[in-house]
Amino acid sequence: MDIQLKIIDRQGEFHEYEIPSDCGLNLMELCKSAELGVEGICGGMALCGSCMIYIDQGPELPGVGEDEEKMLDTLMHVRKNSRLACQIKISEKINGLQFTIAPNQ
Amino acid sequence: MDNLKDIIIIGAGPVGLFTVFEAGLLGLKCHLIDALGAPGGQLNEIYPKKPIYDIPGHPEILASDLVDNLMKQISPFKPEFTLGETVIELTKDNEGIFTLMTDQGTMLRSKVIAIAAGLGCFEPRKPALANLEFFEKKGVDYIIRDPLKYKNSKIVISGGGDSALDWAIYLVNIASEITLVHRRTEFRGAPESVRKLMELSNSGKINVITNAEVTQLNGSEHLEGVVVSVEGGQPQTLDAQFYIPLFGLTPKLGPIAGWGLGLDKNAIQVNTLDYSTNIPGIFAIGDINTYPGKLKLILCGFHEATLMVQSAYKIIHGGKDPSFKYTTVTGIKPMQ
Ligand SMILES: Cc1cc2nc3c(=O)[nH]c(=O)nc-3n(C[C@H](O)[C@H](O)[C@H](O)COP(=O)(O)OP(=O)(O)OC[C@H]3O[C@@H](n4cnc5c(N)ncnc54)[C@H](O)[C@@H]3O)c2cc1C
Repeated sequence: MDIQLKIIDRQGEFHEYEIPSDCGLNLMELCKSAELGVEGICGGMALCGSCMIYIDQGPELPGVGEDEEKMLDTLMHVRKNSRLACQIKISEKINGLQFTIAPNQ
Repeated sequence: MDNLKDIIIIGAGPVGLFTVFEAGLLGLKCHLIDALGAPGGQLNEIYPKKPIYDIPGHPEILASDLVDNLMKQISPFKPEFTLGETVIELTKDNEGIFTLMTDQGTMLRSKVIAIAAGLGCFEPRKPALANLEFFEKKGVDYIIRDPLKYKNSKIVISGGGDSALDWAIYLVNIASEITLVHRRTEFRGAPESVRKLMELSNSGKINVITNAEVTQLNGSEHLEGVVVSVEGGQPQTLDAQFYIPLFGLTPKLGPIAGWGLGLDKNAIQVNTLDYSTNIPGIFAIGDINTYPGKLKLILCGFHEATLMVQSAYKIIHGGKDPSFKYTTVTGIKPMQ
């Protein structure tokens, strides 16, 4: 099955994607391959914070893990709806998600 | 002017460190400079205790152990280090000699520069506060270099990680008053530090404010106070001579962008023959460079360093090629 994702980049531009739910990527990897300016320095270990996003709307997401909490504690521009894109796997469960890429650290 | 170095390496990450070894085999001596206070680059700053699995010959090795091993491997070649200083200026004179300057005024000269600057300089994350920059060096510090500076002062620290906790605890007996402001309810530092902090908070030695952020800095010439906004509460104004936001470090390309090097998306373009840049005598190796097919891996940086020093040798020895020898044949000849 394909799922729909909506992403607002750092310039405020709106992008819509349809991707196979079993592509095996996380949201950081998606943003990177779509060249939306996300660095993903640590490769997805919740260690650098360069992939912070704000969840705008959509289905409820799996909870924030300990490593992710720890990183969010140290980042700038954190909001209540902040998440690290690398910690959210693409699957049927996130169909319809809309998020905004947070400013650079 | 001080003596000429063979190779100056900007960046003491794994790739800069291994360059010392390959240069040493050719009899070239290196001087490394890094903005961080210790060698190791990303390995020590971001993931010291994570195992790496793709270093040839090491089925598994902790990042910090790899750095220690590299330091051991290069020690016979007596590299010199300038740590805790950022290279801000690089110029070339008509004789082809480079002069490099750091933010602390250290000046070094050489015929060859190896830029192994990784993702750039690690710089402190700065909170978004209106007049933050105005108060830098006037009460706002991101790095604690001399704890005694805070003797008998009122200080406010922001952050919830290990460094915020450790410094708050350390400064208890030095500062006259300490407030620790944290955005969340819980602290995620080492359990022992969290326990200690709670003890000091309960005994009134540290003023801990959670679910809160510093939102304003006040003062005319020097910092005099901060405003702390607490979630769902009234903002509090605190007297403070120092505000120390401790939110960790993040890499930024920094001054390198202004040196006239060919760049592509924050990386330096190189010729894969020898990782030379558009400026003869300057090479770029490791994460900082880019070329078709580039992979940001330690292993690839090691390869780049090995080829690079061949050309560096030629520049230093008036066009002469180095002779190729196996280490098994020559062994390691320590330098003085
Ligand atoms: C979480 C994580 C996991 C990783 N896992 C792996 C893995 O399993 N395998 C692998 O091969 N790679 C891995 N990597 C990538 C690997 O760490 C990098 O490829 C490697 O660190 C690059 O080394 P480097 O020496 O080029 O740069 P860096 O390690 O980035 O070091 C560059 C140094 O240059 C300094 N510097 C920059 N500019 C200046 C300046 N102007 N003045 C002074 N100093 C300056 C910086 O302070 C820094 O210390 C990982 C990276 C991360 C973040």
